[in-house]
Amino acid sequence: MKLIIAIIQPYKLEEVKEELYKVEVNLITVSEVLGHGRQKGVTEVYRGAKETGNLLRKIRLEIAVNENFVEQTIKAIIKGAKTGETGDGKIFVLDLKECVRIRTEERGCAAIG
Amino acid sequence: MINAGDTAWVLMSSALVLLMTPGLAFFYGGMVRKKNMLSVLMQCFIIMCVLSIQWVLFGYSLAFAPAKGFWGGLSWLGLRGVGFEPYADYAATIPHQAFMIFQAMFAIITPALIIGAFAERMKFSAFLVFTLLWATFVYDPLAHWVWGTGGFLKNMGALDFAGGTVVHINAGIAALVTALVIGKRKNLDSNIPAPHNLPFVVLGVGLLWFGWFGFNAGSALAANGLAVNAFVVTNTSAAAAGLSWAVIEWLRNGKPTLFGVASGTVAGLVAITPAAGFVSVIPAIIIGLLVSVFCFTAVSIIKPKLGYDDSLDAFGVHCVGGIWGALATGLFASKVVNSSGADGLFFGNPKQFLIQLIAVLITIIYTFVVTFIIYKLVDLFIGVRVTEKEELMGLDLTQHRERAYTVLE
Repeated sequence: MKLIIAIIQPYKLEEVKEELYKVEVNLITVSEVLGHGRQKGVTEVYRGAKETGNLLRKIRLEIAVNENFVEQTIKAIIKGAKTGETGDGKIFVLDLKECVRIRTEERGCAAIG
Repeated sequence: MINAGDTAWVLMSSALVLLMTPGLAFFYGGMVRKKNMLSVLMQCFIIMCVLSIQWVLFGYSLAFAPAKGFWGGLSWLGLRGVGFEPYADYAATIPHQAFMIFQAMFAIITPALIIGAFAERMKFSAFLVFTLLWATFVYDPLAHWVWGTGGFLKNMGALDFAGGTVVHINAGIAALVTALVIGKRKNLDSNIPAPHNLPFVVLGVGLLWFGWFGFNAGSALAANGLAVNAFVVTNTSAAAAGLSWAVIEWLRNGKPTLFGVASGTVAGLVAITPAAGFVSVIPAIIIGLLVSVFCFTAVSIIKPKLGYDDSLDAFGVHCVGGIWGALATGLFASKVVNSSGADGLFFGNPKQFLIQLIAVLITIIYTFVVTFIIYKLVDLFIGVRVTEKEELMGLDLTQHRERAYTVLE
């Protein structure tokens, strides 16, 4: 099992969601976060947040998947979020030790999907 | 002869009507997604700036200078000759400029109403040009026809106390046209956006209700019994409509919503607007109770079926409510309420209903056609709609480089 964390541009959320649904990844957690990577100092019209420090508004996705879903999930996120410009974001893939579905108390792979 | 009480009331009413535009801004602003909040506030606010200037420079002259033509003419350009003596044709007991500034507030809020139709997707520059042209070529002539000395709808005997045709049907039809031609917002099918701040919607409606007393009771242009009648029926109709919308939702959807009561209240205020100086309190209840039925049907049943994206229901509430109000005036008007008005169908004068109907149809046709032409011209020269990326990122950042809310301090 893996936990995929992706940081993307806020306006790309709809497209990423669409791509994820296409590969049948439906269980995602979304939060609004602030941060920056190399985008610091890059001037673009819409990055108004640079006026309030260098933190830019981003969307953070968390998706827990079984091994056989990892590649297509990554590809779907890239497909939805990539523009080729600085600031497109990052994807982190972490090993996931355990997963428990609270309602049924199922554990592991069965609890993920 | 200038009357101090009348003048005080009209000045106070002007201030009340001005407050309706920021009220409308919060009503609409609460309904959009948070990335577009400022764009709506900005559009409403800049209209207060642009139209205030347009009005004193030439708008008032075009609308109200005496003439028998398409416009009122240019004799009052820059308020030349519009001074502190009364102009008896419009209001015999207040300074002419008091009447002018009262009317200015109507000229401001009318184009602001249209914003509800194209919210979340219009370019700011195009919006400015569109608004200025629309005010000049649609609002000003129509105001002249209905209210101006020499206006042909006025001469025909059409009753419109405070702006059912000139303000609400007019803005509502313009809303329908712009919603149709600008097209739907993106991703609407997969993700119907919820209002980002319902408390703001309710705040806005509260301000609208408050300001509407100036709109309707102020239209008596005097501090007299007619103003009191307008005040009472305005409050009554708003209340009846808010209540009736809640009941409709309760019966149909199982729960009454705050958003519904707020929308119903606005519909009730819209509907009573043309009738406020001509009907008494029981017709006001009927007008209010029924307007929610019509507007609810338009907004919740017809709009989804036809599939146009009137984002904030400027057409569904203002046009539908305005048409009902204008026709209801032809049904319930009574000379007992206003001797200089007319009797309606239920008081033995079916002809008045017909006159109202003709005035409504003329407004609809004229506004539909001219709004369409103005939209197409602006689209040709400037381009009306923002790019897809700008729409997704929101108008606050892309049009104004500001945002309404922070994530963290």
